[in-house]
Amino acid sequence: MSTATLDAAPSDADAIESFTVTLIIRRFDPDVDDEPRWQDFDVEMFATDRILDALHKIKWEQDGSLTFRRSCAHGICGSDAMRINGRNRLACKTLIKDLDISKPIYVEAIKGLPLEKDLIVDMEPFFASYREVQPFLQARTMPGAGKERVQSVVDRARFDDTTKCILCAACTSSCPVFWTDGQYFGPAAIVNAHRFIFDSRDDEAKVRLDILGGKDGVWRCRTTFNCTEACPRGIQVTQAIAEVKSALMRGTA
Amino acid sequence: MSVKTVGTPEQSREPELSTTTSRRPAGTLYRGREGMWSWVLHRITGVAIFFFLLVHVLDTALVRVSPEAYNAVIGTYQTPVMGLGEVALVGAIVFHAFNGIRIILIDFWSKGTVYQRAMFYVVIGLWVITMIGFVPRHLINVFSH
Repeated sequence: MSTATLDAAPSDADAIESFTVTLIIRRFDPDVDDEPRWQDFDVEMFATDRILDALHKIKWEQDGSLTFRRSCAHGICGSDAMRINGRNRLACKTLIKDLDISKPIYVEAIKGLPLEKDLIVDMEPFFASYREVQPFLQARTMPGAGKERVQSVVDRARFDDTTKCILCAACTSSCPVFWTDGQYFGPAAIVNAHRFIFDSRDDEAKVRLDILGGKDGVWRCRTTFNCTEACPRGIQVTQAIAEVKSALMRGTA
Repeated sequence: MSVKTVGTPEQSREPELSTTTSRRPAGTLYRGREGMWSWVLHRITGVAIFFFLLVHVLDTALVRVSPEAYNAVIGTYQTPVMGLGEVALVGAIVFHAFNGIRIILIDFWSKGTVYQRAMFYVVIGLWVITMIGFVPRHLINVFSH
């Protein structure tokens, strides 16, 4: 009796259904290709696997030349933002079960940044915008000796949403304005400016508002909400941009 | 047992042979949601309305040139083709107007960004209601001449 149940256990594990999933990946090798090209791969996946697992399987078992970024593989480093079925997602947070696998899954690099190879883009313009908004604490007062800067719970909650950014560029590269005009700071830079503009400990909100009030700043935003929908951290990006806009109109943070 | 032997290298190399490369260099269309499509429609209707207004200013200015020329031009607008064009024009203006109010609310109402999706469907609803009121009556006028 007891052996029977023990025997049953491994066969249950075997019975986990796997699916053949077709991935169509937009490949580009700058040494060989003039234009990016689409390539199909069939991989055997479980419903609980992620797109990142599929990419790993392809790279490890089928085609070692497939190139993509990933670091932590758990949705916190922001390395593997890519366009999956036409929407910006983190490969490590997109489960097979949430996709329609009766059709092929299209995977391509994020849009609006220079394509380097396969799924890798040059992130430098993105980080340049990020640096430009001065994303660091600038306080003119010193806390008392051995003390911290005190902040009330309410003041902390004011910018809580925008502290969650992992700089994956899913929002910025989902923005139609950014695609056509790479000069636009983009949602991610504005989110990180928002994080300090509304921080009660920071004293340079004015400087950041001046930067974002310029012609490549928040007024470029056309409220398409693509950024909010793309954010893997659930940041209300368009809301944050709207708050910066209204701070600019009122002249105070 | 229908145990899948996926892990073995011989098996998994199999698909590589049948790998097909489809030449479609362009990337896929970004699948934005209501917000993106409302923006696309707002742009298209906005540009269309701009060109209409340009023509409209010119044809109205003709009355200063000569009333006969003005009448001749306005006369060509009385054709059924222009009547259908007017349906498109009113459709574009009504969408642009209602969606414009939606955009103002997103910018100035503190809850605007939360309800943007619902507001888009309200815009579509109001557009349908307005067009139901306008189109039959307008087409009866156009085709009864």
